[in-house]
Amino acid sequence: MTQVFLGMPAPGHGNLFEEEPFPQAAHRELGNTQMRKNLRHATHTIRDKRLKVVGELPDWEQLRDAGAAIKNNAMANLEELLLQFEKNFIARGGIVHWARDASEANKIVTQLVKDTGSTEVVKVKSMATQEIGLNEHLETEGISAFETDLAELIVQLGHDKPSHILVPAIHKNRTQVRDIFLQEMPEVDPNLTDDPSKLADAARTHLRKKFLAAKVAISGANFALADTGTLGVVESEGNGRMCLTLPETLITVMGIEKVLPQWEDLEVFMQLLPRSSTGERMNPYTSLWTGASADDGPRNVHIVLLDNGRTRALSDRFGRTALNCIRCSACMNVCPVYERTGGHAYGSTYPGPIGAILSPLMTGIEAEDNGSLPYASSLCGACYDACPVKINIPEILVHLRGEDVDTKRETHKIPTQMDLLMKGGSWALGKGKNIGLLEKALPLGRLMAGKDKKIKKLPGIAAGWTQSRDIPAPPNKSFRDWWSDQKESK
Amino acid sequence: MRIALFATCIVDAMYPETAKSTVKILERLGHEVVFPKAQACCGQMHINSGYMPEALPVVENHINAFDTDDYDVAVAPSGSCVASVKHQHPILAERLGKPELKERAIAVGKRTYELSQLLVDVLGITNAAEQLGSYFPDTITYHPSCHGMRSLKLGDRQLDLLKTVGGITVEELPEADQCCGFGGTFSIKNADVSSAMLEDKMKNICSTGASACAGGDASCLMHIGGGLSRTGAKPKTLHLADILASTMEETVTL
Repeated sequence: MTQVFLGMPAPGHGNLFEEEPFPQAAHRELGNTQMRKNLRHATHTIRDKRLKVVGELPDWEQLRDAGAAIKNNAMANLEELLLQFEKNFIARGGIVHWARDASEANKIVTQLVKDTGSTEVVKVKSMATQEIGLNEHLETEGISAFETDLAELIVQLGHDKPSHILVPAIHKNRTQVRDIFLQEMPEVDPNLTDDPSKLADAARTHLRKKFLAAKVAISGANFALADTGTLGVVESEGNGRMCLTLPETLITVMGIEKVLPQWEDLEVFMQLLPRSSTGERMNPYTSLWTGASADDGPRNVHIVLLDNGRTRALSDRFGRTALNCIRCSACMNVCPVYERTGGHAYGSTYPGPIGAILSPLMTGIEAEDNGSLPYASSLCGACYDACPVKINIPEILVHLRGEDVDTKRETHKIPTQMDLLMKGGSWALGKGKNIGLLEKALPLGRLMAGKDKKIKKLPGIAAGWTQSRDIPAPPNKSFRDWWSDQKESK
Repeated sequence: MRIALFATCIVDAMYPETAKSTVKILERLGHEVVFPKAQACCGQMHINSGYMPEALPVVENHINAFDTDDYDVAVAPSGSCVASVKHQHPILAERLGKPELKERAIAVGKRTYELSQLLVDVLGITNAAEQLGSYFPDTITYHPSCHGMRSLKLGDRQLDLLKTVGGITVEELPEADQCCGFGGTFSIKNADVSSAMLEDKMKNICSTGASACAGGDASCLMHIGGGLSRTGAKPKTLHLADILASTMEETVTL
């Protein structure tokens, strides 16, 4: 096949967009006090757990370096690794499909399900299928998809959207979960309490029938190993294991960035991932499968390798390390912004700090309200410190802010207040004598402050500051002038 | 040593006492302080707001002001501005295709220190009362600003210095490592989230019963102090340099 360079790789589609400006979405979510309480409790609990298990490993920093190095290497050799994986997957009896974007992937999966004659599928928790909106697509094609991960089930039964990539129902507490079960599970005990073990029992009874009846399962994958053609899913409940082993047909949808060079790489990632995500030394269920086997597990094993904007992200030299993400969710668990707004404020399947960079990198900063995502951070850096593969999220957020501003320069006919502030600031702060000149006006600021020496109300965009903070009266004289007077007159 | 003071724009214009305190501390140790007058700002506000071409003259000005043989090391009473000089300047130069500027930025960054970094790592200060004569007879708590803590990896340098000030009582701040919500233009672009973060920070500060919250970054302190002032809460904010400069004879007041 001849390769023709067609410019920027195609953007992704699906559930990857911020649909309203982040500050507006955040304003609404901040008003949801129950959600904020649930989130604060959940994120703080998981933070503490993570810190404890990470602290147990004397070589944690070296493990992070190793994780980053393996991923950087994989991204630099992505094409070769994918082809190697394809070859090995096929050799072991699997079937490989390539999907450029969400709609291609949805079509492929739909056809595969239809070919089995089944109208129901069970699902392993999967971010890739959330991203492409697979369940919704299948529904329009007359196929019912049943989520089997407990939290995904809660979200699905509650006609809700996930708000976290690991704990999709993190915004719900157990009483809210009980209410959803009572309303949506026809067979459930009407006296169901909010005791977590009782809730799990109810879900188990509900799901067991689905597992035994299902002919088709759909999963994502945490890893694909190029040298063996193996796929892996890491989970906590064992419901994934049921889906991966019981049905006749298994269809996996996986982003192309999940490929790792070799089996040995699991050594690093199986230490990094559970500790970073659930704060456990080891997760309860790790399933690995290599192709199809005549007398064990699914007979028909497919993989859909999904691009959907990943090569676009890869082409951004300042942003490409975002593809190193192993979807552990440590960044959102430690993020002070996520903690207060929750995941829905980010619009995309990928919320929190990683989502604020992944969504625009995969679909374009100019798409919908994606341009507001990189600003959804105080750049405190907690995400970078927590990231098991050392993605410098704050640096990429800043890079994408630059992209946003540059993109809008072309469309803004009239400069915004921020444009004017930055232009003026560029002049004022671009020379010592310019700032010195402006500082001569400091006494004017003192007048503005009045008797109590506080400035309480500022106009325009600066009103955002004075909505909750005063500004002290400025000094009579800048340090610069003091220095001239004191030191240079001597 | 000949030490160049990078005052930072916010300290220069809004908190000149903090720059004077920095000078006092260093002169007390017998060092000569110079103030390169061409300096203005590190450009962090522009960079973090995404205005890269507008940041360039600001960054170039800083590099021109500090890329001289006129001093041994440069110091700023700010973790955030030093982190910008060390990490953001080279990246901006690379982004805008200026390899020569990048090299100069790296060279300036290597010679630039945050105040506690300079005091502890270079000047060997381990006891502020004994070595600097620092005295502050009041109860404080301490907020470690994010960029100092995470970008510069300052660890407990600032806190350890504060703990060794004569007469001081340091109360531990609950959830100290949590951002105060400032984040530069984040505080106006995402004012609601920023305010929610500030609210929690203030609650924690007030819970310590301290008279003041100390820190190493004037910008974060302006944010926290502005919130405390608005809510009428008792604690004030005070820069690390002002506490270290305070002595028995000349005690800083809140």
